[in-house]
Amino acid sequence: MNAIEIQNIVKTYEKGSVQALNEVSFQVRPGELFGLIGPDGAGKTSLFRILTTVLLADSGKASVDGLDVVKDYKAIRQRVGYMPGRFSLYQDLSVEENLNFFASIFKTTVAENYDLIKDIYVQLEPFKKRKAGALSGGMKQKLALCCALVHKPSVLFLDEPTTGVDPVSRKEFWGMLKNLKAQGISILVSTPYMDEASLCDRIALIQDGQILSIDTPEGVIADYERPLWSVQGPNMYQLLLDLRDFRFTERCYAFGESHHLTLSDDTQAGEAEVRAFLEERNHQETQIALITPTIEDCFMALMRD
Amino acid sequence: MKDIVIKTHKLTKKFGDFVATNEVTFEVERGEIFGFLGANGAGKTTAMKMLSGLLRPSYGEAMVAGFDVYKETEKIKRNIGYMSQKFSLYEDLTVEENIRFYGGIYGLSNRQIKEKSTALLERLNLMRDAKTLVASLPLGWKQKLSFSIAIQHEPTIVFLDEPTGGVDPVTRRQFWDMIYEAAASGITVFVTTHYMDEAEYCNRVSIMVDGVIEALDSPAGLKTRFNAHDMDEVFHQLARGAKRGE
Repeated sequence: MNAIEIQNIVKTYEKGSVQALNEVSFQVRPGELFGLIGPDGAGKTSLFRILTTVLLADSGKASVDGLDVVKDYKAIRQRVGYMPGRFSLYQDLSVEENLNFFASIFKTTVAENYDLIKDIYVQLEPFKKRKAGALSGGMKQKLALCCALVHKPSVLFLDEPTTGVDPVSRKEFWGMLKNLKAQGISILVSTPYMDEASLCDRIALIQDGQILSIDTPEGVIADYERPLWSVQGPNMYQLLLDLRDFRFTERCYAFGESHHLTLSDDTQAGEAEVRAFLEERNHQETQIALITPTIEDCFMALMRD
Repeated sequence: MKDIVIKTHKLTKKFGDFVATNEVTFEVERGEIFGFLGANGAGKTTAMKMLSGLLRPSYGEAMVAGFDVYKETEKIKRNIGYMSQKFSLYEDLTVEENIRFYGGIYGLSNRQIKEKSTALLERLNLMRDAKTLVASLPLGWKQKLSFSIAIQHEPTIVFLDEPTGGVDPVTRRQFWDMIYEAAASGITVFVTTHYMDEAEYCNRVSIMVDGVIEALDSPAGLKTRFNAHDMDEVFHQLARGAKRGE
């Protein structure tokens, strides 16, 4: 039995004029860390709300832990953990009070499942008397995760837990997810940061309510259809403009310290032609190398199709 | 001679015993794209508020666009633009109304606003959406519009606070094209981001840790100094030791 089963889910808003989810289907296997990767407005939150039984789909079917999201909503709520994108704990309760509150709602105690949250909670413990509203961003995020775990859920839903979080804290958070996965919890996590995709077992790329691709991160990358070149030079901005102007260029995007270049399908042109063109445009000391695409390269290629 | 548009000396802000920004000293040149990085809680927002005339420093000095952050805050506000993801446009006003509203706030005359808004709509290819409510625009468009509005009065400096958070990867790059264009026209761009690839697009980058600027150099200079292969590695080396986990 899959942890999550989604079949042809459709969701519209504003009397059907805004399509949030368009025939979305995928499965999350037991114990899997599954990433839903896409920008704001892709439909990620709508899907999370449908799966956690707080929103009804227009059509399609979905189940969590073998339970139907419409018929069995009460049972689902007992066994899933949900960390919404917006901080949703009680700001005027202390760290400890929030945790006890969520434990009691699920008719359990913090002590009963302490093993699961221990590693995260020890970092919060020095502040246990502090009101949640007065916590720093990183601490709020840790408390929200503890509260979502306090009843030992079988499936955990994390909606953009790392948005607006700095790269070091993001890395730390993914470390925590890895530990939870090791304890057998199935996790569906969404993120707009493409670099986090490689930390998931499998991913679904989503844009405008539509799934672009579902695979392992390695599988998505292997599907990139053509060679990808990295190009570097002393004058990066001019280099970008010129590369886009090259007649064999299919697309060229800035990627930090280098530009990523894909040549069009119908050309035999390669590194030599690129090099000759750049010399013609007076670019000196350019470095060109064949590279493995990143998830972001793949996402942009799929967006254009 | 260097044309300096931001100059600080030991700029400090304390909240009680807590030193949010601790004796920060740096300079930014005209037309520069200056990346202002740091972990959450490092003191970036506090520093930006002081530089934009919204928060009085505890001590230290700073001149922004030639004006003093203690005595000339109103003049500073007229000579800078500001945009962030959290606060940008009024959702329940139309595109055109937002342009007019901010034009007025930044002190443009009615005639200037009229001219500017036509040019702005044409440049963004939003002519047909002039009467559309901002709420119904896709996020990427909102961010581009918001940036254009923040520089419509041709400020000396524009402050961008995580302008590309959550935006799709193509739009994120189009946004940086706009930043390059603004910088080429002489506007200084002061930008914060959590995307480390974007740090590479800056002329110089400062990295704040626990209220202090730990490093300030060109991306190439920082990578050499920290023997790192990209800016992500530089950031991790510096911010890993941060004590303040805001």
